[in-house]
Amino acid sequence: MSKRQLYLLAIILAALGLMVFAYKVFWLKFPLSPQERSYVWNVEAMLKFSARGGAVKVSLAIPTSTRQFAIMDEQFVSRAYGVNTVEEEGGRRAVWSIRKAQDIQTVYYRVVVLRSPRDPAPARIKPPPLPPHRFGGAGLEAAKSLLATVHARSADLDTLVGQLFERLNNPRPGTNLPLLLGRKPTKAKKVELAVRLLSLADVPARSVHGLHLAGELRRAPLLHWIEVFDGKAWRCFDPQSGQPKRPADFLVWWRGTSPLVKADGADRTRVVFSVTHNLEASLTAAVMGTKQTRTQWLRFSLFSLPVSTQHVYRVLLLLPVGAFILIILRNLVGISTIGTFMPVLIALSFRETRLWGGITLFCLVVALGLAARLYMERLKLLVVPRLAAVLIVVVFVMAALSVLSHQLGFHTGLSVALFPMVILTMTIERLSIVWEERGPAQALKQAAGSLLAAALAYLVMNIDEIGHLVFVFPELILLLLAATLILGRYSGYRLLELRRFKVLAAEKN
Amino acid sequence: MFRIARELKQIGVLGINRRNAEYTLWYNPRKYYPLVDDKLATKDLAQKAGIKVPELYAVVEFAGQVGGLHQRLDRYADFVIKPAHGSGGEGILVIAGRTGGRYRTVGGQLLEKEDLNHHLFNLLSGLYSLSGQPDVAIVEYRVRVAPVFEAISFQGVPDIRIIVFLGVPVMAMVRLPTRMSQGKANLHQGAIGAGVDMATGHTLHAVWKNLIVSEHPDTSQGVAGVEIPGWRDLLELAASACGLTGLGYVGVDIVLDKEKGPLILEMNARPGLNIQIANRAGLLARLEKVKQNIERLTSLSDRVAFSREQFAAPA
Repeated sequence: MSKRQLYLLAIILAALGLMVFAYKVFWLKFPLSPQERSYVWNVEAMLKFSARGGAVKVSLAIPTSTRQFAIMDEQFVSRAYGVNTVEEEGGRRAVWSIRKAQDIQTVYYRVVVLRSPRDPAPARIKPPPLPPHRFGGAGLEAAKSLLATVHARSADLDTLVGQLFERLNNPRPGTNLPLLLGRKPTKAKKVELAVRLLSLADVPARSVHGLHLAGELRRAPLLHWIEVFDGKAWRCFDPQSGQPKRPADFLVWWRGTSPLVKADGADRTRVVFSVTHNLEASLTAAVMGTKQTRTQWLRFSLFSLPVSTQHVYRVLLLLPVGAFILIILRNLVGISTIGTFMPVLIALSFRETRLWGGITLFCLVVALGLAARLYMERLKLLVVPRLAAVLIVVVFVMAALSVLSHQLGFHTGLSVALFPMVILTMTIERLSIVWEERGPAQALKQAAGSLLAAALAYLVMNIDEIGHLVFVFPELILLLLAATLILGRYSGYRLLELRRFKVLAAEKN
Repeated sequence: MFRIARELKQIGVLGINRRNAEYTLWYNPRKYYPLVDDKLATKDLAQKAGIKVPELYAVVEFAGQVGGLHQRLDRYADFVIKPAHGSGGEGILVIAGRTGGRYRTVGGQLLEKEDLNHHLFNLLSGLYSLSGQPDVAIVEYRVRVAPVFEAISFQGVPDIRIIVFLGVPVMAMVRLPTRMSQGKANLHQGAIGAGVDMATGHTLHAVWKNLIVSEHPDTSQGVAGVEIPGWRDLLELAASACGLTGLGYVGVDIVLDKEKGPLILEMNARPGLNIQIANRAGLLARLEKVKQNIERLTSLSDRVAFSREQFAAPA
């Protein structure tokens, strides 16, 4: 009777989960697989400079909302500086000012941009005014001569720009070019020269500076492109190849000749850009962007939560998956682990450290902690102080490993913040008791079992598709619950029991 | 692999999942667990029903009582300290006597008073208890090995584990301490397990670790064919002790004392499954048989007689 009830309950749960899942897939058209393309990006510009001790005014070019990228949010972070933004030719600038500042100063500009799902067609505009070419004297002659050669070899605008950049990028530039470019030609300088040369040829052009939004970049390079007016609209050209090409996912930071940073009362300015995906916001944008925007259901979905909370749930919703793996390993296979769900927590921390880094870290910390703990056995400490002592050792070991790995140039050691130290401490304590009471072999066996379970749970939880499915379709966890309930009544043999009782089967024959 | 599983099923071997899902969860209501998990409660229960248990010398509940314990124990030459909520024989300290001002364990190790205190503090703070909860220490009579087991045990006291299902003893084994188990009668610590013929009380085969053995590794005496005295009484004792707890599926641990005879040591609501290997028989088959016949087995003697008749070792 109770078994029938259980199956009924499991079927209801599974059916419910599948129904909601099907509704979301077929009706609301939620994406089934993780998005290839991110829609929302966080970009940060860190501006460092050294102040001379007096009044300081620094300004940084900042982006403007375009039809391709909409600015959702922006922040100006600094300590005690006055901040305002000014509009100018070619874009906006953020200005930080302070009466008195000394030494190295850092200010941040953070922006969240939403990329439009479709690339907008270039807008038709009236011909812009021709910018002044500002050539004079010998420079003007050199420029004219250069332009004449390029012009002779081209047929239309595309080939003109193509030929121009071929000359500019030529490793053997001849005599005219070094005069115009100076001794160390950078890409930015070349683009700037190209703008002036085109202006001399009566073609309006402007330089574009921006970032390529792709992947996670700690130090995103600033890229320089050129836009040329073809009589109807602005067209983008790649300064490397000279080909007319619109860069994908290219965030325009500013246009024109003004520098990225202007500083009064400070020098040695440096700007570092970093670019990160905003997975949750991207997904929200993708989901909300579908035609069912006004569906009441979405109000009660995870997408209605703030992005930072969504990020937490992205991790939390993986816990049921990990727990399910543990059920399989413990009740179907028969692996013994230390603590029921300790391996799941260890697996979660592997997300930060990656698998091998995590396993190495786990082994090192547990081994060193265990050594300390076994030594403490001799000191005859009471339980709570002893646990606290082990915890302190664990934290120290962790810190030491981080410093060491940083010095050696590994980065896994740094991302240990999530490593559950208290859990590790309890693991060490349990292990040391098993070690004392049942010998090292048994202790190692249990530790290995836990590590194996953690690694397997991690590998499954780390599959992108699984993370995506449980986050976008949390109702699938009802299916998991149904399966868990059924497994809860599984009364067959465990895999390892077959080995244990094999003698009995052999006896019979 | 599936072949092994099928054969085991034919023999009627009980696996952990089935034991939990169909026996302990089903026949052992959670509310009765404290009676067997707390050895002090078990002792109390048995004594009230007139069942003999090792005499209780002292109970230590707080760290503050540890200091005064030595004086209270002065009048006992030997004793055993165990956690009230211990499992798997962990945290048990057997003191066989005193040498100078120090305690001598059954293994011959000398302990200072401080060592004993440290053990007690650990025990009280829950190091050995099932769930790590603060625990209580029991100090009790040290059982002397009965002559029948003297030759086949090392240092400690053997115990007889009888699995009782719905008041019917279904399977039994004798657990003999070895040097490896350091005098403890727990199989996973290296004690020998010998199956017992339910009809006669003769020991059958013995298992040590995963090996089938015929003699004790430390004393070289044969372990099979030893007759346990008063077998029928032991079965009745186990069956009636099980009835006290309200649990349907219990492992009852009995020791034979040289002078006081059979004493109930403890009971276990989740008895292990290795007993099947020691007996080379499956529990499931026997449990099914009990289920089918339980209606007509109304009296204690009926149930014991049924057990002796049905679960006799094949000749």
